[in-house]
Amino acid sequence: MAFNLKKLTEKKERLVYGHRLCPGCGAPIVVRRALLAIEEPVVISNATGCLEVSTTIYPYTAWDTPWIHNAFENAAATISGAETAYRALKKKGKIDKDIKFVAFGGDGGTYDIGLQSLSGALERGHNFLYICYDNEGYMNTGAQRSGATPTGADTTTAPAGRVSYGKPQRRKDLTAIVAGHHVPYVAQSTLYPLFDLMNKVKKAIDKGGPTFINVLAPCVRFWRVDPALSVEITRLAVETRFWPLYEVENDVWKLNYKPKKYVPIEEFLKPQGRFAHLFKPENRHVIEEIQKDVDEYWNWILKMTGETWEPKK
Amino acid sequence: MVVKERKKLAITGNQAIAEAMRQINPDVVAAYPITPQTEIVMTFSQMVADGLADTEMITVESEHSAMSACVGASAAGARVMTATSANGLALMHEIVYIAASTRLPIVMAVVNRALSAPINIHCDHSDTMAERDSGWVQIYSETSQEAYENMFLALRLAEHPDVLLPVMVMQDGFITSHGVEIVELLDDNEVKNFIGEYKPLKSLLDVDNPVTYGPLDLYDYYFEHKRQQVEAMKHAKKVYLEVGEELSKLTGKEYPYFDRYYLDDAEVAIVVMSSAAGTTKAVVNKLREQGKKVGLLKPRLFRPFPAEEIAEELGRLKAVAVLDRSASFGSGAPLFTEIRAALYSAKKDVPVASYVFGLGGRDLFPEDIEPVFEALLSGNLPKEESYLGLRE
Amino acid sequence: MKGWKEIPIGGMIVEAGNAKEYKTGSWRSIRPIWDEGKCTHCMICWFSCPDNCIDVVNGKMVGINYDYCKGCGVCAHECPVNAIEMKPETEFLGKDGE
Repeated sequence: MAFNLKKLTEKKERLVYGHRLCPGCGAPIVVRRALLAIEEPVVISNATGCLEVSTTIYPYTAWDTPWIHNAFENAAATISGAETAYRALKKKGKIDKDIKFVAFGGDGGTYDIGLQSLSGALERGHNFLYICYDNEGYMNTGAQRSGATPTGADTTTAPAGRVSYGKPQRRKDLTAIVAGHHVPYVAQSTLYPLFDLMNKVKKAIDKGGPTFINVLAPCVRFWRVDPALSVEITRLAVETRFWPLYEVENDVWKLNYKPKKYVPIEEFLKPQGRFAHLFKPENRHVIEEIQKDVDEYWNWILKMTGETWEPKK
Repeated sequence: MVVKERKKLAITGNQAIAEAMRQINPDVVAAYPITPQTEIVMTFSQMVADGLADTEMITVESEHSAMSACVGASAAGARVMTATSANGLALMHEIVYIAASTRLPIVMAVVNRALSAPINIHCDHSDTMAERDSGWVQIYSETSQEAYENMFLALRLAEHPDVLLPVMVMQDGFITSHGVEIVELLDDNEVKNFIGEYKPLKSLLDVDNPVTYGPLDLYDYYFEHKRQQVEAMKHAKKVYLEVGEELSKLTGKEYPYFDRYYLDDAEVAIVVMSSAAGTTKAVVNKLREQGKKVGLLKPRLFRPFPAEEIAEELGRLKAVAVLDRSASFGSGAPLFTEIRAALYSAKKDVPVASYVFGLGGRDLFPEDIEPVFEALLSGNLPKEESYLGLRE
Repeated sequence: MKGWKEIPIGGMIVEAGNAKEYKTGSWRSIRPIWDEGKCTHCMICWFSCPDNCIDVVNGKMVGINYDYCKGCGVCAHECPVNAIEMKPETEFLGKDGE
């Protein structure tokens, strides 16, 4: 579904300028687009991380909507509390508005330290949307590896060096883990195609219940990519099938985008400084491994979504 | 003053807390089971399931999430309560500080149990002593009756506009929590009128006036926010007595900073909190019959610590022994160090001896307490921290 | 700066969106220059700006908010008709009151 961009420009922005995220950061693009997809008032719970820290440096707040930061691992538990308070007070007739509850967490606060509280909140069935802005590392503290960091990426706790090529392990598949909770709506999204994220946010909110969207959001600083390519790099992530776009709605898996051509993973890796060391002759095998993983994961997604893929050469 | 005839039930300390919660009827309770608190949550959950309270329960997946959800709910303007013990309290430690710093009036019943390791499910005060710097108001209860009444005091204290701090109400694990006592209950209406409606200062659900909770403070603001908490604690000390006086009108009981037992003409005294004070009273009675001038001071409010008032009371004595149900490895036991510092500040040169007892639920018998009084009376006080009931 | 008695308790910030008082435009080392003639008012730059610095009035782009624009270049890259070009800040020193 396409949105009318001109109409959207009339909406009130709930994340205002004056925030101190890096120039070109993917996170505020994710937040702006997600919030534009929600008509109702929104209460936000935000895990510790780049988004939280850079938007609320006391005495300034870039949020023109109710917002709470509690700690690193508990965005989901915090929103559970707020959402339950809403239901309790609404039941008693103290609140009459329709309010939506959204939690934002980075991959750090969601894949790793926040996994437990996310799982608990999903299992309890709270009415909320959890959006993970996945920039593939603990970027706020200077690019340490997370469970979301891809193989071969250079991070400060799994650095590339003379005897190491970066992170040896594969990424955790959090979207599939969340889908395993059999909640009403789970999706993987990013900043490309234009309305993919907004469509998914709107769907999740309209569906109600516990919902989750995993959004690939570039960290231009630590992916070491030209800030101007922030949206472009997500397009490459989609076209190389590094980041398949799919939804799981009531346990039905649906693939949203099939690239027309087979684009080798190198196209995604090349513009990013965090993968530069992989292009040395001694590390080329890692690129081959990454390509193999990408292809295998894509085949698994095809199986889960019941799709076939015939790319043009 | 005529005190009305009230309903009396033979119930455990946990059941008394659950009953208090039922009468308070909070908007939200987020709790996780842990021995010996579990019965509170179980009993209360059954009450909710039977429609006796219309609280929304959040059966969280850990204590850390319990306190996190309490913070979220309280920030959203709801009246919030929870309960825990020992390692559950330790697990929520990070959020316990956040709850106090965010000035949310959450009330938590803590059933005192020893912290691991080794794992021990029985009573000592190590769990709540580890939270004494957290910014929460801390009230210790000797009996189920006290614990029950302290819950109402705690709620009014927490929600007072000059305070706005979370409050924890303690009782001894198994000893009080599982011991059956006759508890006199207030009427539902009396409680309702006493606690009134909760009017939050700011709420996440007030979408027309959006608030940001939990920002990043750099070194230019954090200190000022902490100083505000210091001020809130000062107010809490005053408001505790004010609310206590109001509650007295209903219950006929008193809610001082500490209980005084035979202190008027005492020469020596033991200072001890919670259920062990009950055992100590029996020893005081026995020794008083022998003509010995002994007494007991039982602190109820531990945070904020009523230092001046305690020093005033103990300053007249010849010697004092402080019995702590927790240790502070590498330094003096918590209550002991508070008492000694209080006396020093008041320039009262009273000898104070430190005894640690009851760790991990080790029973304290009158036979353990008598020698302490004898030592106080004879002036032969141990110089080092001593232990009651420990096998050497 | 305010003392502890003058600020709200608990770290609460009660002036929603007051980050607007912090002008991030000073961060720039390059700035987007908009060619109104080429612009088709598709709004894609507005939709992609991390800082909401594309000024739009009645469905039409009217300019760039240089008070907050950090010069990331996303708008220039995403524009389908190349109506935005990034130029060094040095070309504009002293020109908008800096």
